[in-house]
Amino acid sequence: MRSPPQWPNEQAEMVNSDAMPAQLAAAGPVGSAAIEVAHLIKLYKTTRAVDDVTFRIARGSVTGLLGGNGAGKTTTIAMIMGLVLPTSGRVRVLGHAMPEESAEVLGRINFESPYVDMPMRLTVRQNLTIFGRLYAVKDLAERIEQLASDLDLKDLLDRANGKLSAGQKTRVALAKALINQPELLLLDEPTASLDPDTADWVRQHLQDYRKRHDATILLASHNMLEVERLCDRVIIMKRGRIEDDDSPDQIMARYNRTTLEDVFLDVARGRMAEGTSS
Amino acid sequence: MSELATHRAISAHRIQAMVLRYWYLLMSSWPRLLELIYWPALQIITWGFLQNYIAQNDGFFARAGGTLIGAVILWDILFRGQLGFSISFLEEMWARNLGNLMMSPLKPIEFLIALMIMSLVRLAIGVIPMTLLALFFFDFNFFAIGLPLIAFFCNLIFTSWSIGIFVSGLVLRNGLGAESIVWTLMFGLMPLACVYYPVAVLPTWLQTIAWTLPPTYVFEGMRALLIDHIFRGDLMVWSLLINAGLFAASFAIFLALLRSAKRVGSLLGGGE
Repeated sequence: MRSPPQWPNEQAEMVNSDAMPAQLAAAGPVGSAAIEVAHLIKLYKTTRAVDDVTFRIARGSVTGLLGGNGAGKTTTIAMIMGLVLPTSGRVRVLGHAMPEESAEVLGRINFESPYVDMPMRLTVRQNLTIFGRLYAVKDLAERIEQLASDLDLKDLLDRANGKLSAGQKTRVALAKALINQPELLLLDEPTASLDPDTADWVRQHLQDYRKRHDATILLASHNMLEVERLCDRVIIMKRGRIEDDDSPDQIMARYNRTTLEDVFLDVARGRMAEGTSS
Repeated sequence: MSELATHRAISAHRIQAMVLRYWYLLMSSWPRLLELIYWPALQIITWGFLQNYIAQNDGFFARAGGTLIGAVILWDILFRGQLGFSISFLEEMWARNLGNLMMSPLKPIEFLIALMIMSLVRLAIGVIPMTLLALFFFDFNFFAIGLPLIAFFCNLIFTSWSIGIFVSGLVLRNGLGAESIVWTLMFGLMPLACVYYPVAVLPTWLQTIAWTLPPTYVFEGMRALLIDHIFRGDLMVWSLLINAGLFAASFAIFLALLRSAKRVGSLLGGGE
């Protein structure tokens, strides 16, 4: 029987770089981070969707998971949430092993993803009531009113979810994701298909939420401006592996670029960061 | 094993939330409500007139008044019980809401209990009007069966939940491409469960298989009651014992299929 993978020491956590970024050190000792992922591998038949990924995310930080289509971002997030079982490797969320101790964790986290919807025939209020009850939210009616006020949903509360525009649905999905005031928020493309104004509004709200609750946010995105604006740290993935992992400024400096978009193109097209070799 | 361990602390609050979710859905959609009543009503009217016709021409059926109508109603409890369970499950697949539920603190056992409760609610909406039609159109008082009816009902509903849990697991694992199993699997049991005829008419080797199915005991028990006016408690006990095994097996298979769905990543999509 193969021995379980060990948690890496902090020196080994930096992938494809000799220097340990400040963000990793800030993640604190093993067990205290919001998310700890060690040697995570996911095989779909012969395809390596995620290939030996290791990282730790400090509590209270906002981390962006960047990568093109098929880079392994969604699978990585799904394994963190326990929706997908890893082929090998370990995941700890808020100090608990996933999926074994998911009962200790699921009430304290939440997520938003374009891969799921909320029931279309139910009104926004009914949907939030159901999820509020599932998460055992206290003073639920007040919480729904508060979220409706924060997310500009007051006029939509008694409308069926299926009758809302894409932007309104995203706000409702965000309200669901925040209903239990999660310590950890996992977001997969949170502003996909939104107009720039709504997208900006969602980002602002996420920033406010993080400040108010000292929450940890992990978001997968294709939107480089979004990542630059929201994230303290960026993990770039390509073909299931971590290509780079640092603060947006450090990564841009390493690639001698002024935007993450240019870095993204460099990574996608196989151009190396300065000081690294293939 | 770890998933089984998480079933220890079952929350009535979360079960209630899921029942509320399906109740909201039913109340928001009159076609869904109508569909629940429409088919059972059509069934009882068709079979009721057939029973009347046969009874006029055959002395045996005249003596065994109500066996056809009784069989139709009991079959509908079995079939609609499973559909009531499975359709509520399918609603989550159609709504692409399963990921939200699986990521919430809702446990699989709580989800299944909520589906069982909803199967009873949906069954009541369909079968109560059916029994009233049987009473007023065909002078067959289903509830006059009395206490044995409770034994028949409990056994049939347990079977329907077992089948419902099993097919829901298949859809969970294989996506909506497996949806047709939800609608058709129960009909596969129909010839062997001997809904409309006694087990004795089957070839001997098929009788052995028929007796492994819990509903066979119920339909045989119903005929004993309506034709010979005897309540066969032994048949009900056998049915209950087999049901217990079937229910445990279905739950274990559901958990295995859920784990397999997580392994292949089908909870993320849930599509075809």
